[in-house]
Amino acid sequence: MRLTCPLCGERDRREFYYYGSEDYLNRPAPDAPPQAWDDHLHNRDNPAGVTRDLWYHDMGCSSWLVVTRNTVTHEIHAVELVADRKGGAA
Amino acid sequence: MRLAGKGLIDRSQPVTFTFDGTTYQGFRGDTLASALLANDVRLVGRSFKYHRPRGVLTAGSEEPNGMVEIVEGNQQTPNVRATVQEVFEGLAARSQNRFPSLKFDLLGINDRLSPFLSAGFYYKTFMWPRPLWEKLYEPLIRRAAGLGSLSGKHDEAQYEKAWAFCDVLVIGSGPAGLMAAWTAAQAGADVILAEEEARMGGRLVSDNLRVDGQPGVEWVDGLLAELKAMPNVRLMTRTTVTGAYDDGTFGALERVGLHRAPAPHLPRECFWRIVAGQTVLAAGALERPIAFPDNDRPGIMLASALRTYLHRYGVVPGKRVALIANNDAARATARDLMAAGVKVVAILDTRPDASVVEDCPVYMNAQITGTAGRLGLTSLTCRHAGGTATLEVDTLAVSGGWNPTVHLTCHMNGRPLWREDIAAFVPAPDAVPRLTPAGACTGTFSTAGAFRDGHEAARKALAALGRAAPEMTLPQAEDAPYAITPFWETPGVEGRQWLDFANDVTTKDVKLSAQENFRSVEHMKRYTTQGMAPDQGKNSNVGALAVLADATGRGIPQTGTTTFRPPYVPTSIAAMGAGGRGAGFAPQRFLTSDQASRDRAAPMIEAGLWYRPSYFPKPGETTWLEACNRETRMVRDSVGVADVSTLGKIDLQGKDAARFLDLVYTNTFSTLPVGRVRYGLMLREDGHVLDDGTTARLGDHRYLMTTTTAAAGLVMRHLDFVHQAFCAGWDVRFASVTEAWAQFAVAGPKAKALLATLLGDMPDLPFMGVTDVTLGKVKARLFRISFSGEEGYEIAVPTRYGEALFRDLVARAETMGGGPYGMEALNVLRIEKGFITHAEIHGRTTAFDIGMEKMVSAKKDCIGKAAAARPGMVGADRDQLVGLKATAAMGAGAHLFIPGDRVHRETDQGYITSVCYSPTLDAHLALAFLRNGRARHGEKIRVVDHLRKIDIVAEVTDPVFHDKEGVKLRA
Repeated sequence: MRLTCPLCGERDRREFYYYGSEDYLNRPAPDAPPQAWDDHLHNRDNPAGVTRDLWYHDMGCSSWLVVTRNTVTHEIHAVELVADRKGGAA
Repeated sequence: MRLAGKGLIDRSQPVTFTFDGTTYQGFRGDTLASALLANDVRLVGRSFKYHRPRGVLTAGSEEPNGMVEIVEGNQQTPNVRATVQEVFEGLAARSQNRFPSLKFDLLGINDRLSPFLSAGFYYKTFMWPRPLWEKLYEPLIRRAAGLGSLSGKHDEAQYEKAWAFCDVLVIGSGPAGLMAAWTAAQAGADVILAEEEARMGGRLVSDNLRVDGQPGVEWVDGLLAELKAMPNVRLMTRTTVTGAYDDGTFGALERVGLHRAPAPHLPRECFWRIVAGQTVLAAGALERPIAFPDNDRPGIMLASALRTYLHRYGVVPGKRVALIANNDAARATARDLMAAGVKVVAILDTRPDASVVEDCPVYMNAQITGTAGRLGLTSLTCRHAGGTATLEVDTLAVSGGWNPTVHLTCHMNGRPLWREDIAAFVPAPDAVPRLTPAGACTGTFSTAGAFRDGHEAARKALAALGRAAPEMTLPQAEDAPYAITPFWETPGVEGRQWLDFANDVTTKDVKLSAQENFRSVEHMKRYTTQGMAPDQGKNSNVGALAVLADATGRGIPQTGTTTFRPPYVPTSIAAMGAGGRGAGFAPQRFLTSDQASRDRAAPMIEAGLWYRPSYFPKPGETTWLEACNRETRMVRDSVGVADVSTLGKIDLQGKDAARFLDLVYTNTFSTLPVGRVRYGLMLREDGHVLDDGTTARLGDHRYLMTTTTAAAGLVMRHLDFVHQAFCAGWDVRFASVTEAWAQFAVAGPKAKALLATLLGDMPDLPFMGVTDVTLGKVKARLFRISFSGEEGYEIAVPTRYGEALFRDLVARAETMGGGPYGMEALNVLRIEKGFITHAEIHGRTTAFDIGMEKMVSAKKDCIGKAAAARPGMVGADRDQLVGLKATAAMGAGAHLFIPGDRVHRETDQGYITSVCYSPTLDAHLALAFLRNGRARHGEKIRVVDHLRKIDIVAEVTDPVFHDKEGVKLRA
């Protein structure tokens, strides 16, 4: 598997650390109800198809990435910097 | 027998080798199989189950019979295919799975017992009594069956792994592969041409073919010379592409040193990972045998293999040859042998309508009904359109047609498609992204067709890469159609007909499988072990499918195939894991004081990847505990020096650095004055403690964070995540400076006095203060922090001064009655003081559990704050940090019970995380998590450790055993 880091270019997956669903980016408000935090922390879809998850280029530029990929065909549709995401500049 | 003037071996370079202790001669360019056949050695092994005498069947890596052990010094490599192993001076090979000798094998009795040993026999017979299966039956069966054996010693040989990148990877160097590589190379693409064999050319060098009027060999050599001269082409021989993976990545095994006498620095094998923009698969095809009674005798070989031995090695394995085939192509074997002066007794064509025009007798509608010859073929009987015949032959060439080598196209879930016209599976379209199959592996069997295919596949690859294809004229070569009528097994005859030679599977076994309702191909495979040997059924799977299809009344496409998985050939784990053995398994990190500690005979203990001194033994001390006790008292009474450089150090800078720390720490750092240090607690977003450590404010916009040794990388990743995910726009940047600084703890009542001798002008630092100092001309930092509970300092210098400073500090300490202390004493000191490590913050504890809930600031948000306040994360039913004090040793991992309670999971009250003997208190201490523990100080609790056989009663206390008020810290 190979990912194209927006900063470093195409690299083997061994350079990256896999974290989990992009849900981790959508942090509820501090006073959100427990259910919202439960969903944020623990409840995940398990799609057969397109999924978006977080990877960390720890053997490269230390960028956190959102990877859009297909769990069935193994296609990588997009690799984006987490920091470039709307709302990232809080 | 070797023929004069034939073959591509180097007759000027004879080599001697041994097989089963007998010395033979071959030539450079020989495989072990060709050299043995040249020496008229036909019997090379015994079969897996029946111990039948076996000879070489093929001339390639798909060989099911010719597996031998290669002996090198005290090493032996089992199951090496004699058809792949090249001979070299001093090669020592021996046959396997026989006792006492190859020609007389006692377990040959299994062959007589064969009526009882059909598929499933072991399962049915050795079921009862059940315990005997593991203890008796299985070991016995495994010894009787089986292949080669291992030396049982460490494999000390060298292996390598490597990466390669290219625009176009061409797999296979037959006519299709050569033409693909040539086309891509001329277009300027970066090309890798990988060939399994030592010599490129595929059938162009194994068959009697002509290209543009030239002998195939000469044409290949000419093209290879041109390719070799091109800077954009890499030719990789002896390299088998073993697997196709995502995004153009391929695994490949290169035999680097296995064809020559062992050289100290030459790796045996190299495992490549090749990343290609586009790939042309020109893997060719494998010939398959025909099933007939006793079709497994030495001397019965594939028709194409006979041609290879003739043309490439100048070897014929016998004097009187017959051919049985169901296709036109195999006739070349008879013609080539006759041209070489070898007697061809007859051609047996299974088809009723084939041509009979040959220079030898041709029998139509012919079937073999039996063969004879105990250790090698001597005769065969057949029936044919005109009656029956017995032929005195020592060699029989067999061709049941060809199976395209579709394996790599199946590695990413592709299922091959059945083509009725060639009675074979071909790759499904687009089975592997960016890979185009070409030539025989797609069912295109003529040489001219392969050239066309290879060229077209390369054009397609070039177009995908955005490169213009060169204009070129393809060479002229034979373009004969491939005419085949399927013939799988011989009907209506007695005797066993082998399908899978390597695992001794016969047509009867497959039919029995169907009869017992293992009708799915995957079930049949497992019931009979068809295709499960090292060769993975390369010759035999399709034949077995055909027999199963017939037995179940289905067609072959409906029956389907089993799944081909990587690796294509047996691949040593040593090659795939090259570099990962012994110390290569994990990198080692050494402190600047490492040599100084070893000079003092300090045993090292691993802390993550770091090696830290465990203790510093003194003359007369016989146990680690004596040294540990002395070092602990030394710190409490005078002064000790310890290297603490392994702690993670992160330098944070920017106008928003303070704000950022407030977000990642539970407590507030924006209020920390410059020149001061604060202890901080970091949570995961799920509310559990991630890490702790001290962070110093070096300036208005600059902080220096320390992390625990274990979590340094984890914290860095966490900070990157929080920053990039939640506040990427903030003005803060940070970098790990762990390796830039060497840092030493100087702790004890005399710490300040020691530092005064070093610094001259000792700054009057308050507890939790930090300041710059200079050591000579070296800029250093001095922190007043303590992990021991004593008045303590840490002094940090650039790494290159670390060793000198450590030796200096230790020397000064020793003049004051102090000295160095190691990890054991460091651990005792911190337990006595109730300081936590990752033994306590192990990922399931909250700030509340460790008694630090007040450190979670109410005035601001932080990572993990919301989750830490959820129901269940705080309260009396949590396991809370306590101290335990006892008169006998306790064990980390022990569980706690109320005295008198049954010791049971349901009555469990908590567990111990850290233990020590405290010389300061002359007591055994522990840190533990106890249900509602903070309310239970003073209670007695039972400590049970089944592993260490500990069952004692301890007193529950506050976790801080020593200097609870912190008087000594602040002295």
